[in-house]
Amino acid sequence: MAGLTKSEFANPVINWIDTRLPIFTMLQKEYGVFPTPKNFNYFWNFGALAMVCLAIMIITGIFLAMNYQPNTELAFNSIQHIMRDVNYGWLLRYVHQNGASMFFIVTYIHIFRGLYYGSYKTPRELLWMLGVVILLVMMATAFMGYVLPWGQMSYWGATVITNLFSAFPVVGPKIVTLLWGGFSVDNPTLNRFFALHYLLPFVLVGVVFLHIAALHITGSNNPLGIDVKSPQDTLPFHPYYTIKDSVGICVFLIVWAIFVFFVPHTLGDPNNFIPANPLQTPADIVPEWYFLPYYAILRSVPNKLLGVCMMFGSLIVLFVLPWLDTSRVRSARFRPIYRQLIWVWVLSFVVLGYCGMHKPEGIYVVLSRVATLYYFLHFLVILPILGKLERPLPLPESISQPVLRGRGGGPLPGSATAKPMEKA
Amino acid sequence: MGKLRSLLAGVFAAGLLAAPAIAQEDEMPNEKWSFNGVFGTFDLAAAQRGYQVYANVCANCHSMQMLHYRDLSGIGLDAAEIKAIAAGITVPSGLDDQGNPKEGPATPANQFKSPFANEAAARAANNGALPPDLSLIVDAREGGANYIYGILTGFGQPPSGFKMQDGMYYNRMFPGHQIGMPQPLQDGTVEYVDGTPNTMNQEAHDVVTFLAWAADPETVERKQIGVRVVLFLMFMTGLTYAVKRKVWSNVPH
Repeated sequence: MAGLTKSEFANPVINWIDTRLPIFTMLQKEYGVFPTPKNFNYFWNFGALAMVCLAIMIITGIFLAMNYQPNTELAFNSIQHIMRDVNYGWLLRYVHQNGASMFFIVTYIHIFRGLYYGSYKTPRELLWMLGVVILLVMMATAFMGYVLPWGQMSYWGATVITNLFSAFPVVGPKIVTLLWGGFSVDNPTLNRFFALHYLLPFVLVGVVFLHIAALHITGSNNPLGIDVKSPQDTLPFHPYYTIKDSVGICVFLIVWAIFVFFVPHTLGDPNNFIPANPLQTPADIVPEWYFLPYYAILRSVPNKLLGVCMMFGSLIVLFVLPWLDTSRVRSARFRPIYRQLIWVWVLSFVVLGYCGMHKPEGIYVVLSRVATLYYFLHFLVILPILGKLERPLPLPESISQPVLRGRGGGPLPGSATAKPMEKA
Repeated sequence: MGKLRSLLAGVFAAGLLAAPAIAQEDEMPNEKWSFNGVFGTFDLAAAQRGYQVYANVCANCHSMQMLHYRDLSGIGLDAAEIKAIAAGITVPSGLDDQGNPKEGPATPANQFKSPFANEAAARAANNGALPPDLSLIVDAREGGANYIYGILTGFGQPPSGFKMQDGMYYNRMFPGHQIGMPQPLQDGTVEYVDGTPNTMNQEAHDVVTFLAWAADPETVERKQIGVRVVLFLMFMTGLTYAVKRKVWSNVPH
């Protein structure tokens, strides 16, 4: 089906290009007039925020790579060279280092949004699964990035995490040797982690593109979780959501800037200011905060293989979530029981993170076991059964209806009658 | 399988050993630092006195390899002063005509001279202990400046019944209370040229100010830029929010 596009752009240059390669028409269709549900709340900002994170991380990362030396003899000092001698190197590095945390905060909230409003349910299963792939690639990238400064936590974190793969029978030790490029974490490990840390973000860009492509086929979910019924339910993406996302981006950048400029070390570990020393194990090996919940799951199980399987399983289970949740109602607003239980799940995740910070002894063992149990119970048992038992509240007829005739359905914070001007 | 197990077991055991020590540890000092807070800057006079303490006392055992003499402009020394400081220090300076290593006066471009040629030499001279490099010491310890201050002022006699190992010194702040470093600072250890009273606490405070600067020399510039960035972003937030209200004003939602 070859043939020129009939472009509607008046500008002759744009028209000329667009006729031959309709990127402007595509942008106009997907980001200009793209029909978007009119009832998004600010939770729908977080996808855009994650995109902003990815872009900033790639840009700062490229400039850091120009001054970084992926060699065990030079890596630690080259970071200090960036911090002290490269013009605004400290700024690049703090933005990048704290950016990893910002990226995870935003992504976790984005995922929570999906869980709360049922964004994973048909027809958005594949969109959701691509999101889980993004999460996994992000985690691998973040882990390898943390190894690069070659401090004590870098080295020992890499040792502990790569060793996890040795739990798998038969192939385990071979995988570990392959990851290390030798028989311990050493220069080859650092080299390949640097290569992969540079590669994976671009893989992320690819998967994010697919994630967004899938989103633009199914259209966005919305806080009511009901389908768009008529053009009355939607608004063009621009200017309504470009401006709403811009507000979110500004607020988000304030938070990021506060970390970068005023408390750049708060999210890091003092041990990583000590050069890696294979002969001296730090008193306490803790991963970065965004891995703590999974670390707690790992340590809550006395058997290593089972612990590793449960740790990976806690993420893999997300792939099949669309089929585990048997309820056909998407939004938690109309699911009185799920609405409570999703918070219990969040609590279990937070408790796991808290336990991950502490040595696995005493109360923390008990707490992390209970939380791990609920984490899995929630997905594997409660969601399949709850969908059959729960009586959802009546759904509104359309997205516009609750606005035009008072809100239907579940209890909502604030008054029952919409007051458009006050809620802008 | 065994590796992680033993690793975690090691961590666990270390935790058990450290636990009683932590329980009786001295409270973290809560000094007033010039560089704390959003608008905090380094007290340059204190940092310069601190450099004097470092050069006269600490530098006998501790290196600061991340620093160059030129960096001292950051604590307010001018080019001539830095040149004079560097010129007073002899460092290896390449090869002579015969290809033999030679020595000469340092220049501002030189790294701070390390007291020992290598780790083995440092350990041999210090009863087997390695004096850590001080470039990042304030960032590399939980508690930061207060912890370093606590170590420097935490020496004393062990309580009765506390068993000391040979060649170790009692320190209230140090985990386990036995430190390989003898008490470095006492009242009158250095003679300040600016007439500041040279009490131990003053010396410790000054040298920690210097070390805090050395660990994060960009601190002041960073905070100054930060204030402007945050103010700008707050202004942008207000602006975009106003535009958002305007754009959405005709939509019932």
